[in-house]
Amino acid sequence: MVNGFQRLGARALAIAERFGRAFLFLLRALAGMPALVLRPGLVVQQLYSVGVLSLVIIVVSGVFVGMVLGLQGYTTLLNFGAEQSLGVLVALSIVRELGPVVTALLFAGRAGSALAAEIGLMKSTEQLSGMEMMAVDPMNRVIAPRLLAGFLAMPLLAAIFSFLAILGSYVIGVGLLGVDAGAFWGQMQDAVEFREDILNGVIKSVVFGFVASWIAVFEGYDAEPTSEGVSRATTRTVVYTALAVLGLDFVLTAVMFG
Amino acid sequence: MTDRSVIDSAQVLLDTRCRCKLNAPWTQFMADTFADAGDHLVDIRDLHFSRGERLLFDGVELSIRRGEVTAIMGPSGTGKTTLLKLIGGQLQPDRGTIHVEGQHVAGLSTRGLYKLRRRMGMLFQSGALFTDLSVFDNVAFPLREHTDLPEPLIRDLVLLKLQAVGLRGARDLMPAQLSGGMARRVALARAIALDPTMVMYDEPFTGQDPISMGVLVDLIRRLNDALGLSSIIVSHDVAETARIADRIHVLHGGRIVESGTPGALYESQSEWVRQFMHGLPDGPVPFHYPAALGFDEDLMSQPRSSRGAW
Amino acid sequence: MRNRRLVEIWVGVFVAMGAAALFGLAIQVSNVQVFDARGGYELELRFENIGGLRTRAPVTVGGVRVGRVADVELDSSTYEAKVTVRIDERYEFPEDTSASIYTSGLLGEQYIALDPGGLDFYLRDGDEITLTQSALVLERMIGQFLYQMGNDDD
Ligand SMILES: Nc1ncnc2c1ncn2[C@@H]1O[C@H](COP(=O)(O)OP(=O)(O)OP(=O)(O)O)[C@@H](O)[C@H]1O
Ligand SMILES: [Mg+2]
Repeated sequence: MVNGFQRLGARALAIAERFGRAFLFLLRALAGMPALVLRPGLVVQQLYSVGVLSLVIIVVSGVFVGMVLGLQGYTTLLNFGAEQSLGVLVALSIVRELGPVVTALLFAGRAGSALAAEIGLMKSTEQLSGMEMMAVDPMNRVIAPRLLAGFLAMPLLAAIFSFLAILGSYVIGVGLLGVDAGAFWGQMQDAVEFREDILNGVIKSVVFGFVASWIAVFEGYDAEPTSEGVSRATTRTVVYTALAVLGLDFVLTAVMFG
Repeated sequence: MTDRSVIDSAQVLLDTRCRCKLNAPWTQFMADTFADAGDHLVDIRDLHFSRGERLLFDGVELSIRRGEVTAIMGPSGTGKTTLLKLIGGQLQPDRGTIHVEGQHVAGLSTRGLYKLRRRMGMLFQSGALFTDLSVFDNVAFPLREHTDLPEPLIRDLVLLKLQAVGLRGARDLMPAQLSGGMARRVALARAIALDPTMVMYDEPFTGQDPISMGVLVDLIRRLNDALGLSSIIVSHDVAETARIADRIHVLHGGRIVESGTPGALYESQSEWVRQFMHGLPDGPVPFHYPAALGFDEDLMSQPRSSRGAW
Repeated sequence: MRNRRLVEIWVGVFVAMGAAALFGLAIQVSNVQVFDARGGYELELRFENIGGLRTRAPVTVGGVRVGRVADVELDSSTYEAKVTVRIDERYEFPEDTSASIYTSGLLGEQYIALDPGGLDFYLRDGDEITLTQSALVLERMIGQFLYQMGNDDD
């Protein structure tokens, strides 16, 4: 019994300590960001690996999610004779929820895991130590540009995803199922509010991007410097990001639309 | 050492007056104040360090002179790499002090530490090349980070360093395309890219064929003398190291057991040092990592669990 | 990086795509420039019953959107629903304009339709439209219908 409590306590302390480390880590990385103004090349390079290399999966998933939503929404709305409102249904669910959330999950799988693995491997092969001994702070040179690129890439990716998903549902709804194009866009524009819906969606994706990149670089940097440690860091990145994004989404939705 | 004797005499004075002990911060302060940066590049006093349960250093006292090639030798796992990391400020001692160029390493601010490290070059045992950069970019890395030199000049400097290690032709290869020995030489070129005043080589000779080994040995010596560097070599290769080292310190059991010129160490009184220097299989040095049971007993004993690690 | 130029081009393409998508979301998906919360002027409407009318519901004239419902309140002295609507400043309506609440489609959203009158005096910010027709509540209609059927039987 007492042992159980002790184990629980030890566990809680370990988690609290990890959170503390993650937070200090974030502060140090943020402190390294202003200097990046002088070296935009570093960020551009990371935008390439975080953003451009994620484009394919974002584009493909966006179009397909939109098409599926178009099909499903149409058949459901048909039951109520409201199939002309397809645009509203699709746009609101994409812009408010699916866009930011699905993009963040894909981002964790595509970019986050790669970030964690890359940094973890740099650590386990002593590249980070080597950098330190060359008087180059890995926080500024390695971590900060990656973190910043993650922050920047995520809202852009989410916007691309959302827009393509709506286009996908347009192709299915208007092109295939015969929803009136005017009704599709017109009702959508009437119902979707820029500040309430679009802007809140963008804010969500900014928050998710921040959290997802933070988790990825921290897990990589904090990884045990072994093959096993790196693989565990990669897994943890995806799992923690998914949990954090879903939890935060609930909170944000409650605050924004509640 | 003068600072030791100052502290000691201060202690004696105090003992006779009031029978109290100098507390650690005070001793520390005096040691800091009196550490003479004169001809000592690195000064290690009373160094204690442990890795988990294992006590690696138990009172290491070591002075490394300016302008010399100093070798630190000792059996595998005695903590030579760890010692270099302590000197470079990547690890903090549990007790004791390390001064480099008169600066107390563990007490430096991050900025101060990085400033000091610019004058240090370190060749990592694993090479630690950046796997996403080509050989050329690896060697150019410290130059690009720390200088504003124009690209053509950087190119010349990099080619010069690569030429010195015989790998000018490999500049466009990626680290994954290098052999172990080549990677080590690229790392060496990178370590000396900024023309540091002090270079630490962790196992520079491992994995080198006899020809490049000979070139490297000469290179280290020539660099040291031509550029007025100080070099610290950690190595097992007794013959090669002895050929170029001015002074060898032998590390064993958490302490420096013997220091001296290579010649003196070959003729050492200590049976242990002689065995190490001559590489004799028989002698006081155990070849085996300490085990709980003897080999026979271990073979005869029942395994605690029949399940393997997998 | 091996091909710096290519990397830069791709990142440029990526950022342009993201910006274009954001712009598209703003312009094509939402209706960003019209009816922003501050532009336009407000009118007050009183209804006996507003049914399922919500804030942000459209206000139309002849099927054209001219504004949005900004606020819905209960007037605690008269127990009427007080609806504030915000009208685009481009439009002006006579003082004898009337308002009704309709439903788009059978189960669709409820909206306010304005029916402009013929007077030469125009409604200004803060004015009230008094000629209103409440929402048709389905249950009430069915109830009335049944009641009338009962009366007819007599
Ligand atoms: N990160 C670490 N965590 C825990 N123990 C470590 C760590 N690194 C090294 N050790 C332990 O410290 C001891 C000394 O390691 P170190 O790498 O300094 O040895 P070394 O003298 O350089 O050996 P070699 O000559 O084989 O390179 C080893 O016994 C090792 O088990
Ligand atoms: Mg070692």
